[in-house]
Amino acid sequence: MIPYRFKRVTLLCGHYGSGKTNVAVNLAMELREQTDRVAVADLDIVNPYFRTLDSRDDFSHAGIRLIASAYANSNVDLPSMPQDLYAITDDRSLHVIADIGGDDRGALALGRLAPALREEGDYEMLFVINRYRPLTPDADSAMEVLREIEAACAIPFTGIVNNSNLGPETTPETVLKSLPFAEEVAQKSGLPLLLTTVEEHVAKELTGKVPGLFPLKLQKKPID
Amino acid sequence: MSEKVLMKGNEAIAEAAILAGCRHYFGYPITPQTEVAAYMAKKMPKIGGTFLQAESEIAAINMVYGVASAGLRVMTSSSSPGISLKGEGLSYLAGADLPALVVNVQRGGPGLGGIQPSQSDYFQATRGGGHGDYHMIVLAPASVQEMAELTVKGFELADTYRMTSMILADGTMGQMMEPVALDLEVKPMPAKPWATTGTGMKRPHNIVNSLFLQPEELEKTNFERYARYKTIEENEARYEEYRMEDAEIAVVAFGIAARVSKNAVDEARRQGIKAGLIRPITLWPFPKAPFAKALTHVKSMISVELSMGQMIEDVKLATDCRVPVTLCNRVGGMIPSPDLVLDAILKQAKGGN
Repeated sequence: MIPYRFKRVTLLCGHYGSGKTNVAVNLAMELREQTDRVAVADLDIVNPYFRTLDSRDDFSHAGIRLIASAYANSNVDLPSMPQDLYAITDDRSLHVIADIGGDDRGALALGRLAPALREEGDYEMLFVINRYRPLTPDADSAMEVLREIEAACAIPFTGIVNNSNLGPETTPETVLKSLPFAEEVAQKSGLPLLLTTVEEHVAKELTGKVPGLFPLKLQKKPID
Repeated sequence: MSEKVLMKGNEAIAEAAILAGCRHYFGYPITPQTEVAAYMAKKMPKIGGTFLQAESEIAAINMVYGVASAGLRVMTSSSSPGISLKGEGLSYLAGADLPALVVNVQRGGPGLGGIQPSQSDYFQATRGGGHGDYHMIVLAPASVQEMAELTVKGFELADTYRMTSMILADGTMGQMMEPVALDLEVKPMPAKPWATTGTGMKRPHNIVNSLFLQPEELEKTNFERYARYKTIEENEARYEEYRMEDAEIAVVAFGIAARVSKNAVDEARRQGIKAGLIRPITLWPFPKAPFAKALTHVKSMISVELSMGQMIEDVKLATDCRVPVTLCNRVGGMIPSPDLVLDAILKQAKGGN
């Protein structure tokens, strides 16, 4: 399904609300098909409400380890890191999908892991973009966020994930219209456009029309 | 229609405020409304506006007072405990008849409470919030699109009636993401001949103040202000009715509770129960018309709230207690499920209270 080989650690960064968490959950499920020891690391120190933790039961069912702060989704309103954070870099037999908080503020949390990740050299650092987010409507504004994140976490990006969507109103046209934007970000940053992630029902209508198409099962929403 | 964007409720408020001509934002961060400030911090410097993180909520609301005195569109936003801190300033704004927009993205209380969603500041918002006789116009959005539209409306009403408009949202509305069309209609700002913009030696000084040295004068000002409130009650009440035409059970809910309730009403209808929904959009003025209309066919009402039962008092007042009204609620950051509301409807359908 996925058109590239997973590195041991996949880091997902981007503007907040770009859809990192949904992409992380789906990549983890895909990775679990390929290998046994998979963990999702929720390193989001920004978002108080919608998080990887919301999929806890799905992960447990799929045999995926969840590395998350004990305080996520609680009333403890503090940026907090998981106590087993260092498993990401210390346990090299573990494959990890890491969901990083939005923008440069969220990416700060990654800085502590940067030296070990760079030394090992077996990671993918993916920039998740959504053209329909109001503060990243064009390649230049997306590039601004990209540079801010790299400066905050000291890890250069290695690829781009185009997750352009309008939530429940996403149509095949929504996705097709975002492709020139994604390609421009790829061209300006010199990074490969690895994936275009699309909700699975919409993705069905795009088979063969979008390179690197990766269908997503969306996280369950608590409210309609 | 312009192309839609995918926005958090908090971002929609910030962007709509900018579209409405607001160029002055003062605030202090608090979950779950921080994205309003974060968005303003990113955008205001790029468009020649002012974003200022004040040293406290109290400072921020007084900065709002200053800009409002100068006749410009201005706002602040916070969440429940922060709004309590702004209480004194809200009263001063009312006493000086100043237009401003204040956003409360509510969280669980009382006290520091929690960061999860709540509607338990209903009393505080609809009864004024600070000391003295006054009201604010209170708008309760139930979608991200409405967060944007009511923000524009809030500024317009504030300017028209020279008073504070409050957007009363909750953490879920602030955090959830939905597609939004931002081609919002913005009417030109009315003239503000009372503003302290400098006399240019051509007119007497304008004075903005909430202190009255003579009690007779203070009484007269209060009477005049309440005459204005009467006009607002007559002209500005807003609401949505959903499947109310033949309803025998009326669910009353605003904001996120209304979205949950709509699902429950649909399921009740599928089961053959004549349920409907009244969704107040203005909480002050509380819409009385849909209740008067409902009383001709409704047998009971259910107030669905993320509080211990606050709006239920206005429902009872609007119906003169002529039908039984029961409460269906979750509190402390919890949200009622459609099933919980459906159970309440089924109980009413069986004639229970």
